[in-house]
Amino acid sequence: MSATDSPVSLPPPDTAERSPWGEVLHSLSRSGTFLTGLGIVVFWIVCALFGQHFVPYDPLASDIINALTPPAADHWFGTDQLGRDVFSRVIIGSRDILTVAPLATILATIAGTALGLVIGYFRGIVDDIVSRVLEAFMAIPVVIIALLAIVALGTSKITVIVVIGLSFAPIIARTVRSAVLAERELDYVAAAKLRHEGALHTMFVEILPNVIPPILVETTVRLGYAIFAVATLSFMGFGIQPPSPDWGLSISSNYGMIGGGFWWTVLFDALAIASLVIGVNLVADGVHGAFND
Amino acid sequence: MVFLGGQVLPGNVGRAILGPFADQRAVDALNHSLGVDRPLLVQYGSWIWNFLHGDMGTSYVFRAPVAPFVVDALGNSMKLALVAFVLVVPIGILGGVIAALNVNRPLDRIISLGGLSVTVLPEFVTGIILILIFGVWLRWLPIAAAWPKGAGILTQIYYLILPSLPLFLVLFGYIARMARSGMIEALDSDYTRTAVLKGLRWRTVIWRHVLRNALLPTITVIATQTGYLIGGLVVIETLFRYQGIGSLIFTAARGKDFPMLEAGILTIGIVYAVATLIADFLYSVLNPRIRLGAEQ
Amino acid sequence: MTDPRQATNALELKELSVAYRVGRRNRAVLRNVNLTIKAGEAYGLVGESGCGKSTVALSVVRYLPRNGSITGGSIALDGKDVMKLDAEALRRARADSVSMVYQDPGKALNPSLRIGRQLTEIFELTGVTGQAAEDKALAMLNRVRISDPASVMQRYPHQLSGGMQQRVAIAMALANDPSMLILDEPTTGLDATVEAEVLDLIGQLRRELSASILFISHNLAVVSNMCDRVGVLYAGMLVEEGSTRDVFNDPRHPYTVALLRCLPRGGQRKDQGRLDTIPGFLPGIGATIVGCAFADRCALATERCRAEPPPLYELGEGRLSRCHYHDRAQSLPRATPAEIAAVTPKQAPPVLQVEGLNKTYASHGRPLRAVKDVSVSLRPGETLGLVGESGSGKTTFARLLLGLVPPDDGGSIELEGKKLAPRLASRSEDQVKAVQIVFQNPDSALNRSHSIRHILSRALKRLGGLTGKTLDNRLEELVRSVRLTDRHLAVKPRQLSGGLKQRVAIARAFAGDPRIVVCDEPTSALDVSVQAAILNLLADLQSKQDVSYIFISHDLGVVRYLSDKIAVLYLGRIMEFGSSEAVFSGPHHPYTEALLSAVPKLDRTESARIRLDGDIPSAANPPTGCVFHTRCPRKIGTICETQEPELTEAQPGHTIRCHIPYDELARLQKPKAMEPA
Repeated sequence: MSATDSPVSLPPPDTAERSPWGEVLHSLSRSGTFLTGLGIVVFWIVCALFGQHFVPYDPLASDIINALTPPAADHWFGTDQLGRDVFSRVIIGSRDILTVAPLATILATIAGTALGLVIGYFRGIVDDIVSRVLEAFMAIPVVIIALLAIVALGTSKITVIVVIGLSFAPIIARTVRSAVLAERELDYVAAAKLRHEGALHTMFVEILPNVIPPILVETTVRLGYAIFAVATLSFMGFGIQPPSPDWGLSISSNYGMIGGGFWWTVLFDALAIASLVIGVNLVADGVHGAFND
Repeated sequence: MVFLGGQVLPGNVGRAILGPFADQRAVDALNHSLGVDRPLLVQYGSWIWNFLHGDMGTSYVFRAPVAPFVVDALGNSMKLALVAFVLVVPIGILGGVIAALNVNRPLDRIISLGGLSVTVLPEFVTGIILILIFGVWLRWLPIAAAWPKGAGILTQIYYLILPSLPLFLVLFGYIARMARSGMIEALDSDYTRTAVLKGLRWRTVIWRHVLRNALLPTITVIATQTGYLIGGLVVIETLFRYQGIGSLIFTAARGKDFPMLEAGILTIGIVYAVATLIADFLYSVLNPRIRLGAEQ
Repeated sequence: MTDPRQATNALELKELSVAYRVGRRNRAVLRNVNLTIKAGEAYGLVGESGCGKSTVALSVVRYLPRNGSITGGSIALDGKDVMKLDAEALRRARADSVSMVYQDPGKALNPSLRIGRQLTEIFELTGVTGQAAEDKALAMLNRVRISDPASVMQRYPHQLSGGMQQRVAIAMALANDPSMLILDEPTTGLDATVEAEVLDLIGQLRRELSASILFISHNLAVVSNMCDRVGVLYAGMLVEEGSTRDVFNDPRHPYTVALLRCLPRGGQRKDQGRLDTIPGFLPGIGATIVGCAFADRCALATERCRAEPPPLYELGEGRLSRCHYHDRAQSLPRATPAEIAAVTPKQAPPVLQVEGLNKTYASHGRPLRAVKDVSVSLRPGETLGLVGESGSGKTTFARLLLGLVPPDDGGSIELEGKKLAPRLASRSEDQVKAVQIVFQNPDSALNRSHSIRHILSRALKRLGGLTGKTLDNRLEELVRSVRLTDRHLAVKPRQLSGGLKQRVAIARAFAGDPRIVVCDEPTSALDVSVQAAILNLLADLQSKQDVSYIFISHDLGVVRYLSDKIAVLYLGRIMEFGSSEAVFSGPHHPYTEALLSAVPKLDRTESARIRLDGDIPSAANPPTGCVFHTRCPRKIGTICETQEPELTEAQPGHTIRCHIPYDELARLQKPKAMEPA
């Protein structure tokens, strides 16, 4: 054995450094944008989960005598045309949208990731055809797809979840596809081929872990748009159905009276939607920043 | 595809129009007169043939040709979209450029975060808030986009400002964001460094070297937003009770008026395709690498 | 400036310190750099990656990245303090007196403006407009020896080759007749023959113009050919300075001494001994340095070196060294013993036999012959070096062998006498593990999500067919064979330096006892000091395991060190094939001759200068007859344009594809014995 065989004099691995995920968490914990957004989102989640324990009135109980009273001490946000307490309705109104939108997003992420991995990895004719179809699909506004599907299938929460999930899946698939196209050109994929690894192993064990960051970013962004879409569909009458105190639905049933000066019946619901959507997008922006620094 | 969508939708057309209690023979008769009992392919062929000749079919609900409705609605929507577009493209790009030139300074944070926030708000939410502020409390602007008959162009624009604002806000953040990232990339590029080190004036560097390369991707994005814009129109036109293509589709969908729905959606598809073509054309005109790529 | 002595200095850096802000902390990149360039002088700045070379250049033109700032010292251009200039004065200084050319000309030119416009705008700054500016731009393009400048004026950058783009960039830099020209790795990334042309051009322009030059490069030989004086940077500090001849022939800092020893020089070969290496690794950016920055890696270091930072000792005749023991720097003991076990060449049957291999791609509807009619054979324990510029088909050939791309029908690849299926999927497990590869870039080759243990275990499982305890034992053995330790197994690739990552990649290739390992530029992404260690490792593994290498590199010195046989490729065809000795010592094919002549030599012995004109033709549209005739300096007549020469045996085992008879080549090339690097 010559002296060169001893493994001395090599620098030690740099273990002091944070792992990539630790780095991301660290940068998130210092991002004001992310923390503000997280605060807003957590607030609404708490309202959805525990709201019924602290709201002053039953959000569905009508009280015709006290209909359309302006905000005052006993009804902080006033009452609507059926005399229901607007404050209680706004608090509980987070429940349906916070069920439907995340489920739709999860569906979109799973379907989109699988599709994106497959077409990005195999490319060729399958990719050409599927990508064309996805493009055509994405050209149609989500609202219109949803409109058609809901006319066809009838309105239910499941329909809304499926419709939004499937119309967002192509967008996630496109993101995953372009990330996979970049990854498959890297030499570690060729190295896997030179070990006779199967396509499934290469896609899910080799490539997938490396495309998680863009998927996470896209998923948080999509969640914001899912809330956008659910609220809009409910407002159009194709989403969440009465008697739910859902925000979009409440606005839709009360905005006709806006000219009469009954502003409190719509303003608080509008602000609630606005705060939730902005909150989610601040989170998304924070996540995006943490992965791209 | 749109046509198939309309056909696959369950629901017997005749039944939908006549209601659940109508006599089955009446339903069959109506289906026959509408031609919906013919084989699918035959219907499709004749539909496309007729569409290309300007005959978009007959509305089930109004029992009248669809075409005039669609043409009117499209015209109205174009006006609304145009007002929003004319406002948002220059302002959005300007916002993005200003943000990029002040990157990570307060002005950039304000434009970026502000743009990000308004972009994600549903149109009906910003619509409601704007109506409350400008229509109900301040009473500056009319809350419905229904101008008196024979109103001049300025009056029409006056009525369209409020409806176009929600569209403006959504597009503003999007365009500003694209313009900003394109600008930052161009500012950090080697060719910008070359230009600066040549000793060119900062203004020349920005105008001649940075802007053109920076805004190329933004142009594509603006065109892809046409699709979104149409989705937004459905909501806005409903909220402001405006007779555009969006509310036409919405009403047709609710009333299961398939010829109307199909014609409306196909029209949107054509508008989208035209917008994409224009964007591709502009992009290749502005980008010598594509225009002259074949020579290499 | 009233003081005439001061005015003679084109550039003067005094105690320049620069820091980059990373994660709320200022990390020092340059530490108190003093440097003076006299008017008309060419000064070379050398050092490995991360030493701060480029930061010096960017500081001079005040164009540091957003997170960079000058934390101390001063910069004077023509006696004017650059740091005190306001925006307008700085702009005027850039317009009038300083210019810069950097790596990657494709990015340095604006993609959406015509070349002419990018040139005329410089003259417009001085008030010359319209036709007058056009004429000046044309003159400038003529000056950088661009043929048909009028048509180049009308083109966009993407329509020019890399060499042409860099000429344009140089024309732009010289348009304002600067007093200071900064060249930051101006030829890195260009093909060897193109690099030689550009360097010649810079040398000629230097004689024509008055500009002083700051030439920054990682390539010691390039600097030695271009510069009067040279400074060596290490960890942001100038560690040695002096006239080029002195520094490279008589270095006075252990780092310079070690750096020069890492390079395979004067035709050194693997059986003549190992290359020397530099132990340890470069201090990271912003590292706290107590004492001498190089002490940890220096065999001469004493307690004093670790405690007391050495000043820049003045050694007379303008020589400086930042070493307490500069007088005995050259007695630095070797870090790696030179002796190597003698390898007895065996006359075993060939492990690899390639016959008539072709690969045609479709490019815009036209066939592109990436590899044309290639036949080679290789014995166990031998290395075949593949040499050629971009588009020569080296990498495609390697991928054909590996089965990553299928060849055209017809040719054959035989491994140990058995035919290899064209596609990887149809090869047997034994055949798959027998042919492996070490890629150029370990960052791309190692999956960044997996730990080193996972990466190597998976390879042992799939290629070695091992499981459980036997796998663990073999893993330990494998890790030791590439001189890594258990500690390295738990980490992810990003926590290792480039050299260590490449060791992991080598270990992976050796997991299944391969017969042939393709090494595709395995050291070109690494610093010189790391390169030597990797080359030693490859040579050691080969002598122990009798494995054969297909070694691809653009660095002829490195190829020569490791190879037993050489194939010179041009546009997918073998132009010359033979034993390493025969190919390098000649007589050789005119293309080989040009390639050898293009290699910059450290000792400045300008041998025969064979320069190729024009660009490498596209493989999609190769020239008729001999594909090399468009650039051949020894073209003999129309036969070269009409008839493709056969690959003929000049001497046993040495074949050349040329119409010129072997004896004639020998006579033409005789007077100039050539030694690469």
